[in-house]
Amino acid sequence: MNLKELYQEIILDHGKNPHNLKKIENFNKDAKGYNPLCGDKVHVYLKLDENKNINDISFEGSGCAISMASASIMTDLLKNKKEKEVKEVVKDFLEMIKEKPELSTKILLEDEKTKLMCLSGVKQYPMRVKCATLSWHTLTSAMDGKKEEINTEKFD
Amino acid sequence: MNIDNIKKEFPIFNNKVHNNDLVYLDSANSSQKPQVVIDRIYDFYTKEFSNVGRSVHYLAVAATNLYENTRVSVQKYINAKDKNEIVFTKGATEAINLVANTFGQKYLKEGDEVLITELEHHSNYVPWHYLRKSKGIKIEFADVNEDGEVALESIEKKITSKTKIIAVTHLSNVTGAILPIKEITKLAHSKEIPVLVDGCQGAPHLKLDMQDLDCDFYAISCHKMYGPTGLGILYAKKKWLEQLPPYQGGGGMIKEVKKEDISYGELPNKYEAGTMATAQVVGFDQSIKFIEKIGIENIIKHEKELMEYGQQVLRKNNSVKIIGNPKEKGAVISFTIEGVHPHDVATILDEDGVAVRAGHHCCQILHEKLGLSGTTRASFGVYNNKNDIDQLNNSINKCKKIFNLK
Repeated sequence: MNLKELYQEIILDHGKNPHNLKKIENFNKDAKGYNPLCGDKVHVYLKLDENKNINDISFEGSGCAISMASASIMTDLLKNKKEKEVKEVVKDFLEMIKEKPELSTKILLEDEKTKLMCLSGVKQYPMRVKCATLSWHTLTSAMDGKKEEINTEKFD
Repeated sequence: MNIDNIKKEFPIFNNKVHNNDLVYLDSANSSQKPQVVIDRIYDFYTKEFSNVGRSVHYLAVAATNLYENTRVSVQKYINAKDKNEIVFTKGATEAINLVANTFGQKYLKEGDEVLITELEHHSNYVPWHYLRKSKGIKIEFADVNEDGEVALESIEKKITSKTKIIAVTHLSNVTGAILPIKEITKLAHSKEIPVLVDGCQGAPHLKLDMQDLDCDFYAISCHKMYGPTGLGILYAKKKWLEQLPPYQGGGGMIKEVKKEDISYGELPNKYEAGTMATAQVVGFDQSIKFIEKIGIENIIKHEKELMEYGQQVLRKNNSVKIIGNPKEKGAVISFTIEGVHPHDVATILDEDGVAVRAGHHCCQILHEKLGLSGTTRASFGVYNNKNDIDQLNNSINKCKKIFNLK
């Protein structure tokens, strides 16, 4: 167990002052996520253009430092990516947070990957993994146009 | 038994948590178990086990006697009039479901009202919600005030000619407020309304006297009383258990079974269908003896001192805000730390071996009313001492340091 790894400066900064914490105007996809264990809620908004590029992405919600930082970093990194690329990054992130030691995606730059790896400290805290993954599952749900609210209890 | 040395009776404290001594402040969730209870369950399975109430062989008779002995111990401990007013259930949740289900079936119809409070644990709300869906009853909530308590007047205000049952907690698992049950019962009975008390937090921390409280139903969670999990108790006045229909059907609860019809057994068998949690019931007898040996008055005094010391220490800690300030308060302190989410607090505290609970504590209605998504809760048991509270405070300070708070 290592609290310093979990609560790195970058996590605390994003947790305290999350980026893209707003409802974007003219969004055309959105989804809500909920963690019934702690009551954390997140609402992800996307603006996709006709070529399925994510022109803008934001979120609203409240939660712990981990869940806020995760949503903040996620929205920072995925802006202006193609939907297909986003899906690959989401898959890679979810695999990394559960078991894989590193990210393998080529879509993110090295320094972007380093930033995302700051969340890997959560691996040592199984009860907190869902805090980190809530916004990512919700993003997938928004892209897939699912109407039902995401519930972290439905994921491993 | 010296209360200052009581920790020694609980083997869990021989273990380290992340290389630290365990500071267990989650007793409102579940209490730890003394060696005598653990040993009793082990011995029962090792030397005395059999199913109860069915066979005539030696072990069956012995096990049945042990099982029924606990019923008498519980009856005496809570001062119930009759041992058949004690029904074993799988937990306090089942005890409340039993009443909601059977009382609802027989006495509630569309438009009738069940009065609960904004303090209630989900287990004293959800079972009534089922009746809202199936029968079209209404659920009314008595207001919690800014001190986190429910006053008699706020209950009185919500009673109407349609109120058919009042279901309230004895002691809030969040604010610690102790409700004036005797007065509530008196008021309700003057209007011929029965009262159910959720005693999950009341039973381990208050002196119980059913004849004095005069409530109609009282639900107890045994694992919060230094007893085993999987066991609860429903106390109900005999007249109710006689009038209400049975809850679950199965073996042990019947008198006669024919192809055309079935007749049900006498109390308490009518409500104990299937093989019961026999070893837990036998073990729970030791929990009651353990509490009696220390003396509930001594436990109350000890926990009150701890709670007051805890409030004193935490009030001095700026950025800690204690939730609620009830005049009558039990052994629980819920708090927030400005700028730090309760789950982050709990993770950081855990690193030091300090076990607390974070979240809405199964009381979403209350947290919504307070405008909070969650709180951190430190709750006490007989084994806690002032060092535990000092360690809690030190770990809170560590938390503030990590989050750069002053």
